[in-house]
Parts: sequence; structure tokens; C-alpha cells
Amino acid sequence: MRRGIIERLLLPIALLTWVLLFSIVAVLITESLPIFRKVPLFHFILGQNWYPVDEPPEFGILPLILGSFLITVGALTVSLPLGLGCAIYLSEIAPSRVRESIKPFIEMLSGIPSVIYGFFGLVFLSPLIQRLFQIPVGLTGLTAAIILGIMALPTIASIAEDAITAVPQSIREASLALGATKWETITKVVIPAARSGIITAIILGSGRMIGETMTVLMVAGGAAVIPKSLLEPVRTMTATIAAEMGETPMGSPHYHALFGIGLILFLVTLSLSVLAERIRR
Amino acid sequence: MKGILGLTIILTLAWLPTTGADLTLTGSTTVFPIIQAAAEEFMAKHPEVDITVRGGGSGVGIAALIDGICDIAMASRPMKTKEIKRARADGINPCETVIARDGLVIVVHPANPITSISTETLREIYTGKINSWKDVGGEGGTIVVISRDVASGTFEVFKKMVLKGKRVRADALMLASNKAVAQTVAQTPGAIGYIGLGYLSPHLKALKVDGVMPDAETISSGKYRLARPLFLYTNGKPRGLAKRFIDFILSPSGQKIVKETGYLPVR
Repeated sequence: MRRGIIERLLLPIALLTWVLLFSIVAVLITESLPIFRKVPLFHFILGQNWYPVDEPPEFGILPLILGSFLITVGALTVSLPLGLGCAIYLSEIAPSRVRESIKPFIEMLSGIPSVIYGFFGLVFLSPLIQRLFQIPVGLTGLTAAIILGIMALPTIASIAEDAITAVPQSIREASLALGATKWETITKVVIPAARSGIITAIILGSGRMIGETMTVLMVAGGAAVIPKSLLEPVRTMTATIAAEMGETPMGSPHYHALFGIGLILFLVTLSLSVLAERIRR
Repeated sequence: MKGILGLTIILTLAWLPTTGADLTLTGSTTVFPIIQAAAEEFMAKHPEVDITVRGGGSGVGIAALIDGICDIAMASRPMKTKEIKRARADGINPCETVIARDGLVIVVHPANPITSISTETLREIYTGKINSWKDVGGEGGTIVVISRDVASGTFEVFKKMVLKGKRVRADALMLASNKAVAQTVAQTPGAIGYIGLGYLSPHLKALKVDGVMPDAETISSGKYRLARPLFLYTNGKPRGLAKRFIDFILSPSGQKIVKETGYLPVR
């Protein structure tokens, strides 16, 4: 009897996630539509000037889109080798005792709040980068990319490790039996067999990085120009929404433009998730 | 559309511990520290009263006032015509009270030899006409221009008084808080930025603007020009508990809190 009630209660709870998702999407779409009536989608996405409070305002988000992508790609070059290295070591090489003692620490990395990462980047990493590269200011795309790379490490390492562990033992044994060394087995047999899982890890990691807000807001510098290199201040879509939403008059074109950025960001992360899901199957 | 948004907000708020809040204030993060401290002291004096203070930004506070979610909105900028129109349409009659003043201080790295700057030079630096410290009498090197993000009340004052409507250079660093600007200027030798008076520290060097050093006296007297009022907005003239609380902030002990939180009293 009691079990029946609980089970019946669980259905609406599960449905609630649907309701929440759909109301968020509905708000995102309805609140961003007014800006596309004012600024054509094409100009919105390809416009190079973001001056939302000037008279007349300009709503071009190309620098923000490129900023987001540049930082994500930069972060991937940090987290991919590290994450994949971790995964290979943990699943193929490390003795089980070592594995059991290292894994919890990688997972702990994902438990650190992003504002702490941001603070670390602001106070420690950015002066270091400024001195190292002899540049005028240390808040750059590179600073954000390094921190984001560390943040995405647990996602990439754990999904890739799952994928590598899922490769059947018989395949490894067959390779070794044919005379391949352990290293050859790893690079030529196991990793190719786990490829789809590794690609999923990369895509989900990218989704995590492109949507990250607090850290990039704190350490990327926030200049809304089309970035020429990683050593310049960069502004992302997420940082723009977070920084400007609070003070923007509700219902103004600026307000709707911020929702427009949110919609585009949502479409990007949604397509990444769909892509990851497809590859996984 | 608004219904859905409203529902989402209500659902979110329903989870917050709102039990028995007699007075709710929402809005500007600049005004927040004053009100937070004042609310604590007011509640200590009147234990039966419960005051809830939330941040979110001036725009959020004003929207909350219009939607009837808060009793008092905190704002670091005056309400815009559009917002007033929207409020009137919803039967809300916003009433403004100035509770404090905030001075905008131009800061550079302590190692920078410059001590004074004119509004005009400042404008040329921020609009991109001047790029090197050499051109303003310094020791050379690129000027790292640091600004607040465009939606902040601090930026709006700076834009109106210094930029006179001109655009900030696109490569300026737009940082999200006074704290971030202070931190970045303190560790960047070539930087220039602007912050609220309350955020000034020994790690920063304040510049004279047009020959006037910003301090409590020059800002209160209006001799130092870069200053702004901080507001509370109520629906109609403050009544009941809202009036008692606002009167407390304007009283000598309330204005002492204003001073202690780094802003300037108005009474």
C-alpha cells in the first residue's frame, strides 16, 4: 500500500523535469523573439559590435560567440591530453591499489565550486601569465582556458575511463596473443575500440566548458572584440548574460538580446548533447 | 508568456525560506551592504520585525517592485522612463528616496607616477584616442583600460559624466564587479579603472580628477564631480514598516551605517 503511494508520487516528480525543461525553453524563446523582430537573426549573430546601452544600441554577438568557442577549444587542448592520459593510466596501467587512491581525487576536482576556480585564476594564475608572456594584463583567454581545462578534466577522464574499461578483455588478450606489446595494444587496439566513448567524453566536456559562466566571468577579461589570440582579454556569451542581466531594465531590447544570446547558447549545447547521444549509440 | 515566467519565479521563490518576512528588499548589489547592515541593526532593536534583503541588481529590484514581489527596491541608478511607464500601467506608483551617495574613484597601480588626470584625458583614454601612458605624462607602456560591464549602475554614471555619451573602446576589459576591478588594477602595472569609494584600498592609487582629490568632504560638497546618489523605491510614499525602516536609514545612526559601509551620508 505504502509502496504504491510512493510509486505513484514518483511519476509526477519525473514529469516535473519535463515541465521545467519545457517552461525554460518556452521562456527562452518567447523572451528572445522581440529582439529578432528588431535585429535580424543574421545581423545578431554576425554583427561585430556589442554596444547594448548606447544610443542607438548595437547588438552584434559575433565577438561573444567566437570568444566562447576560442576558450572552449583552448580548454580542450588542456583537458584532452590530461583527461585521456588519466583515463588510459587508470584503466590500463595503474595497479588497482593506485587506481582506487587516485580516482577519488579526480572526482573531488569536479566538486570544487566554479567561483573558487575563478578566484584561483584571478589571484594566482593571471599574474603568473602576465609575467610569463610579458603582456599588459593577465586576464586573457588563455587564463580562462587553462582553468576551464582543469574543470573539465573530471568529466573527460571519467567518461573516457568508462569507455576504455568497457572494451572487452578478450580483445586485449587477442592482441597480446598475436605478439603486440602492451603499449601497442593500448594505442592500436583498445583506444580505437573505445573511440566512440572517448569522442562522447570530448563533446560532453566541451558542453560543460562552453556553458561555464562564473570562471570565465572572473578571469577571461571580458573585452567584447573579436579575439586575435588567446593572450588577449576575451568575452564569452555566458559571461555577458551573467554580467548584464541583473541591471538591465526588464522588457528592454537589451533584456531581450540577452535572452537571444541564451537561446543561441542553448541551441549550441543542445546540439552537442544530441551529437554525443548519437555517437554513444 | 509572462504567465510562464511568473509561474517559474513563483515556483522558485516558493522554495526559499520566506516564512514571516515582514519587509522584503531586492535590487542593487551596490546598495545591498548598506541595507544588509541597517536591517541587522534595525532587527536587533525591534526583534518582532523580520527583514529580508536580496541582491540581483537594480533592474531586478525594480522589476520585483513592479511585480509586487518586494516592498522596497534598491537601485544604484534612477528608474528609467520605460520602467516608470510599466509600473504605472501595473498600478504601481514608484516613490524615490535618496539614502546615500557613492563617489566614483579613478584608480591606477600604486607604482604609476601619475597623480592627477582631467576628465577630458580620461575620456580620450576610454574612447581609444590615447593608448600609451607616455601621452598622459607617465613612463610609457600600454594603458590597460578597465571598465565595468555595460549594465552596471557604476558604468552608467561613468558613461554620462566622463564619456559624455561616447562609446567605450571595444578592447576595454569589462569586469563584473567593483571587487574585480580593484583586484585587477592592483596587480596590473599599466591598468586604469574606476571603482566605488568604498572599495579603495592601500593596494590602489586614487587619482585627482580635474585637480580635486576624491574624499568624503569633496564628494559631499559636490566639488568632486564623479558621484552618484543611491536610491530606495517604494510603491507610493513609504508607509508603515517600510517608512519606519527608511526613516531609520536616514536617521543619524542609519547614516552612520552608510559611512561605515564605505559610502557617503546624505543627511
